[in-house]
Order: sequence, then structure tokens, then C-alpha cells
Amino acid sequence: MIWSAAIYRRFAAALRPFVNEEITGKKKKAVINHRSPKKNMARIGVFVCWCGENIARTVDVEQVASAAAEMPGVACAMTCKYMCSEPGQAAIRHKIAEEHLTGVVVASCSPHMHLRTFRKAAEKEGLNPYLVEMANIREHCSWVHQDRTQATAKAIDLVAMAVAKTRNDQALAPITIPLTRRAMVIGGGVAGIQAALDIADAGYQVALVEREPSIGGKMAGLSETFPTLDCSQCILTPRMVEAGQHPNITLHTYSEVESVEGYVGNFRVKVRKKARYIDMEKCTGCGQCWNHCPAKKNPSAFDYGLGQRTAIYIPFPQAVPARPVIDAAACLKLTKGKCGICAKKCQAGAIRFDDEERMVTEEVGAIVVATGYKLYSIEKKTGTAYPLPTAAGTPLPLSGYGEYGYGRYADVIDSLQFERLLSASGPTGGEVRRPSDGQVPKNVVFISCVGSRDNAKGIAYCSKICCMYTAKHTMLYKHKVHDGQAHVFYMDIRSGGKNYDEFVRRAIEQDGAHYLRGRVSKIVEQSGRLIVRGVDTLAGEAVTIEADLVVLAAAMCPSDGAETLAQKLNVGYDENGFLSESHPKLRPVETNAAGVYVCGACQGPKDIPESVAQATACAGKTLVMFSRQQLTREPEIARVDETNCAACFACVRACPYTAIERAEIRDRKGNLVKRTARVNPGLCMGCGTCVAVCPSKSADLAGFSEQQIYAMVESLV
Amino acid sequence: MNEPQEFQPKIIAYVCNWCTYLGADLAGTNRLEYPANVRVIRLPCTGRIDFNLIVKAFEMGGDAVLVSGCHPGDCHYTAGNYHARRRWMLFRPLLEAFGIETERVHFTWISAAEGRKWQQVVAELTETTRKLGPYTGYREICEAKG
Repeated sequence: MIWSAAIYRRFAAALRPFVNEEITGKKKKAVINHRSPKKNMARIGVFVCWCGENIARTVDVEQVASAAAEMPGVACAMTCKYMCSEPGQAAIRHKIAEEHLTGVVVASCSPHMHLRTFRKAAEKEGLNPYLVEMANIREHCSWVHQDRTQATAKAIDLVAMAVAKTRNDQALAPITIPLTRRAMVIGGGVAGIQAALDIADAGYQVALVEREPSIGGKMAGLSETFPTLDCSQCILTPRMVEAGQHPNITLHTYSEVESVEGYVGNFRVKVRKKARYIDMEKCTGCGQCWNHCPAKKNPSAFDYGLGQRTAIYIPFPQAVPARPVIDAAACLKLTKGKCGICAKKCQAGAIRFDDEERMVTEEVGAIVVATGYKLYSIEKKTGTAYPLPTAAGTPLPLSGYGEYGYGRYADVIDSLQFERLLSASGPTGGEVRRPSDGQVPKNVVFISCVGSRDNAKGIAYCSKICCMYTAKHTMLYKHKVHDGQAHVFYMDIRSGGKNYDEFVRRAIEQDGAHYLRGRVSKIVEQSGRLIVRGVDTLAGEAVTIEADLVVLAAAMCPSDGAETLAQKLNVGYDENGFLSESHPKLRPVETNAAGVYVCGACQGPKDIPESVAQATACAGKTLVMFSRQQLTREPEIARVDETNCAACFACVRACPYTAIERAEIRDRKGNLVKRTARVNPGLCMGCGTCVAVCPSKSADLAGFSEQQIYAMVESLV
Repeated sequence: MNEPQEFQPKIIAYVCNWCTYLGADLAGTNRLEYPANVRVIRLPCTGRIDFNLIVKAFEMGGDAVLVSGCHPGDCHYTAGNYHARRRWMLFRPLLEAFGIETERVHFTWISAAEGRKWQQVVAELTETTRKLGPYTGYREICEAKG
């Protein structure tokens, strides 16, 4: 075959797109026009899809196209078998170029299905993607109507509305927001440590804020963990040390979040560092101070009041940082001006009696919340169950079970206290001895669901882990007190999880725990023993057990201050105070505040493996964000016409995202010209609530503007 | 076959993008048939709906208006549907004062899973509007004025 010039040209033309895009690896990049077309000069292309038979069966698509061709501003209208297919998209691109279209309307399926597809196609041809709209003539028309005339009429109306909207479309450019690639983790329990380590290992700086003097959280105080009976401290403390020594992690212990400003990518968090009375740089953690401190009889919060500590103390031997803190309320020097032995003993000169609390500001791009839980207050009166020096006496909304005598009888304790009795580092050195007289209890009653699943006490939920740790308690007790007997009053045994049910069976079958299905009505003390009155509903009879020790598996509640923190972060929380995730299934660690993630028990009761998994998920989400140089956001957000704004700030009050600020416009000399509302593009999510409340009609929403919606309604005449 | 044609009311529906619009999509996917009288306008959130839009719908010859968003507590934007509800509480007596039948404005919550509810709501509203007849109040007011 002889190649004529004409054939060669045709061949070369056919090859060109491949030469440009695939062979050279360079993609021809369309220049996107960000100028909005003039309304009267609109040249809109209408593309009506058959969707095979899906639309064409009930809607006369050709009639829709010819009606659309007559609509104001429409330059061309055509139909296609499958608009979303490659040839369909190519037809759109071809028409955009050929007809110099200023807008595109695709009449096909739901915009949730293919709006993005068509916007991308238009973008490739240089048309601003926000000048593409869809008319939903499948889900909202052809699939739900039978009458062809009516369905066609409706389809024409829907297209007319879309055309009217497109005529009023504005070209929009994606918003770019600068990004600080540094994270903050609030809460230094196992979840917080995991999240911080994961982010830090990826090479980003993390500020880890912990309220207590040491990181470690609740897990540091546990004895052994179910279902493997790993020693809790043995698996946690190496992680704590790693977090403490990691070059990318800054620890703020004995610190709390004071305020949060800014938005995703650009948070400014003020951290209040409480007075520790120790120079952290000079202190070596040698222990001379706490070994010589004369104020020895202070209840230890780490031992939940079962043990005692000095006024200058480290919460537990493996604390990170291994630096002491002075309890100002217990220190003789700080209360009475006498003593000062610790300062004399300190070789490093690290004691600072004049220390004051101070504020540190951290600038971060993402925040992971891992504030954990506390146990439901089971005292009769409100107040914390045991003296906690850091969370001083805040009244708790929930309390009950006065009939169990918690707080009145020394030998009625909660499950976290029992953990300390079992722990080798606990106040009894790992021997199970009851708090009242130090005797080894021979008969122990465990009561599960104390608070949980009890609507009368205000908690409808199941605390999820109590069945498991109660089984663990009975096992560990039996391993330590061979002639002892454990009795468990339960409502149901919920042991879903890998090796979990087997674990509970082992507690019952091998370690002989006596499980009774029923509740306990009252506990009374009689000559040093606790008389537990309950019912065994399976046997159908009342039961009385003389116990030496009673352990209450109290419900898990969000820790103190979680709601206040949620308000500072603008994160939602449920009626129980647990922080709300964005979507329970598909966005389980994201919150409605962009850039804020939740993990661990602050989001809901959960065990250690789940908390750790969530923490890693939070780190993953943070790293996805940090993988970009800057953030881009959909430009369909609100805007305030500042010259027209009357500064009533109705929008500021209505905005669910606190995205609208009260701004001042000043002249060169600094005189106030006017006040106005101003939308922060980093925070606005584009709901448009401000538009509806604005009395002067100064607020508007790009993509769903007043002009567009009115034009849509008007097109229906 | 020259039966008198049944009155075909024009109903304008302002729905939120995240719940009701998807609910209506689901009705489509499940092929749940309903009267072809409703014209859906998609908005990000019911909180975006200014009541001028409802008046506008009547001005433009609409016979009824449907406002539907996410169920309380389900709002994609946390609280937009509560704003809509509060506004509705104020707007309703105003409608009565204007002499517009409140049945012509229907306020409801339809979630993304409630395709069947969408079908029912549209069918019921169409039936109610058919009984009420065409809405001419707005035109009458304009003519009386001009």
C-alpha cells in the first residue's frame, strides 16, 4: 500500500492524542478558565441520556432534547445512548470545543452518581467544572413514572430547571488552605500513645498533651489483660518510654488544653502547663526528694485511693517522664512555709517552689482526641469516687447504687481498684488483701453491669468490657488465692471477640468461678463480713452470700471534661458525653470538625485492641492529610457581601461550624469604617444556613446561590 | 374518550442533598412509582431554605411546596434541620395569616433509606393538593393590588 499524504495525515492525527499523552508521558493539560460566563451570552449544551432503555423507555428523550434546544441560553442539545460512557463523555468534550460552550447540562441519572464524572470531563476540555449541572431524569423521573407524556413533561421541566441554574452558575476555583504538618494528640493513654507514635514514626512532629503527671492512662494501672493475660505494664511501658524518647514527640504532661482556635490544617491550641514545682531540665529523677518527703500519707490517685504517696511524688515507678511533681495541697513548704527537705536533698537543684502555671501555644494541622474514660460514680453522694488531685471534686451528673455501700464499706471496691490489688506494682504488691484489715478474702462477689444497661441510672448502653474483665478478675483471683471462691452476679455474658468466649468458659470451667444470673439488691456489713443479698433468676430463688470483698464492675463513662473539650474543638457528643464520629461505619474516627479525629474510649466503651486499632486509624487519617503540601476544598461555600452586610451577626449565631467571624473594616488610619460578618473558608462546610437567616441577603452560597435557586423556580412557569 | 382531565398540581420540593435527595434516588432505584407532579430542587441542607423560596414557589404558580431534610440528629451539617424546623414553626402561623392553606406546605424528614416514605409523602401531598385545587391566591393578591 502506498501511503498518500492524505492517509499519512489522517494516521498522524489519529495518533496524536497517544503521542501527546501516552508515548511522551506528558499529559496535555487543559487550561481551566476561572472566569464566569456572562448570563446573557450563555451557550449551554444540553446532553440527554437514554441510559439504554432505562430513561428512553418512559421518557421521550428526543422530545426532551428538542425542547431543550429552544430554552434560553441553550446553544445545542443532543441525545446519547450512554452519556457516562467514553463516547458519551467524548461527545460532551467535542461539543464544548466546537460550540464554545459556557455551560453543560447533562440530563441523566442522579448527581450523586455521575456529577463528578461529567465535571471531570468538562475540566479536561478547559471548561470550569462548576459550570456543569445535572438534571436527574432517571431516579426522579423515568424509574418512578409510567405515563410517557407526563414523564416527558416532567423531564423537560427538570432540564429547564438545570438550564436556568447553569445560566446563573459561577466559575469556581478549588480553595487551597495552607497546612501545618504537625499534629496534636490529646490524652496520653494507650490510644494517645499509639496515635502519637504512628504519626511520629512517619516523620511528623507530634505534641502529646496529658492531664496527669505521667502518660500511660488507665492501662498503666491494670494488672493483666484479657484474653491472653499479658502483664499490662510489661506491654505498655516500653511504648511509653518510646513515646517519651521519640525525637518527634513533645510531651506536655500535667497539662490541659485551654483553648482551640483556627480550623483544619491551621489549629492554634493553647496548652496550660500546670505548676509542677520541678525544673524538668535539671531533674534527673533520682528519687532523693520523694524518698525523704515527710508528708507521706496522701491517697494515691494512681492506686485509686488504696495506697499512699508522698507530697512530692511520681505516680508510679515507670512514669514517663520519670520526673516528680509536688502536690501543692499536701506539701508542707507550699502550705505552711516549713520543711523544704526535698530542695535540700536534691543534688541537681531542681525544686522550684516558686513555679507557676504557664501557657504554651502549639500550632498544629490535625488533632487526635484520646481522652479515655472514667468509671461511673457509684457513691451515694455526688463527687468523685476517690480523691483525685487533678480532677478536683467536680460534681458528677450520675451516681447511684447507695445500697451497695460503695464509699461506706471499705471492702466494697470498684474494678479499677481491684486491678491495683492484683497488680504486682500495686499497694499490696500483687497480693489480694482487702482494704479494711489486710486479710486475704476467701469469698469474693463480683457484680457486673453496675450502672451499665440501667436506664434508671441514666445509662442505657452496655460498657462492653466488663464481662471480660470480670472473668479475668475471677481467674487472677483464683490463681492468687487457691482456696478462694469467686461469685459473679451477671445480667448477660457478652463476650464477642477473638478468643473471648473461650476465655469466659475457662474462668467458669477451669477456675471454678460461680456465675449467678441475677442482680444484687443490697449489701450490708455484719461483723466484718459483707452480706450480699441477690437473686439467682435461673434457679428462681433468693441468694445470700457472705463475702469478704465485693467488686463492682462499674460502667465506663467519658472522662471528666470531655464535653468541655468537645465544645472547644467543635466536636459533637451524644447524650452520654461520648464524642461523636462522623459516620458510625464509613468514617469511624473522623468527626464533624474537619481535621479532628477521635479514638479510644472517649468515643464509646471499648477494650484495648479496639482503642489501639482506632488510634492507628486516626494516625492514618492524619498522615493522609499530611501527605499533601496544602489542603484543597470544594469551593461550594458561603460568602458574605461585606459592603451590604448590616452586621447583625444572625449568621454567626446560626452557623453550626463557627465559620463566620465578626470582622472589622478599618481605613488606613485605623479608624473603624464598618463591622461585617466574614466567612472563614477553612471552616465553612457549605450548608447555607447563614443564607437563610441573613435579613439583608448579604450571605450567599456558591453553587446554590439565591439567584440560581430563584431562577430554577422561575423556569417552572 | 374526552374525559375531563384530572387536575395536575405543580409541586415544588426543596430537599436536602444528603438525606431526602438520596431517599428520592432510592425510590427510583427501587422503582417505587409516584405521581409525576413533583419538581425537586436540590439544596445542600434544609437550613439553606429561606421561606422567601416558598413564597416564590407560590408566586411562580406552584400549587404546593414540600420541604424535606434529614431526621433530627442526622443532619449532615450537625444542626441545619433544626434551624429549618424552628423557622417552620414561625412561618406556619404566618401562612395562616396570609390565608394560604397550611396543607399546601408540607414539612417532613425523609432519610436516605426511606425511599418508600418519599413515595408516600409525594403521593399524599399530590392527593391533598388535588383536593384543594389550583392555588390562585397569589395571583389574586397581585391583581387586587395592581
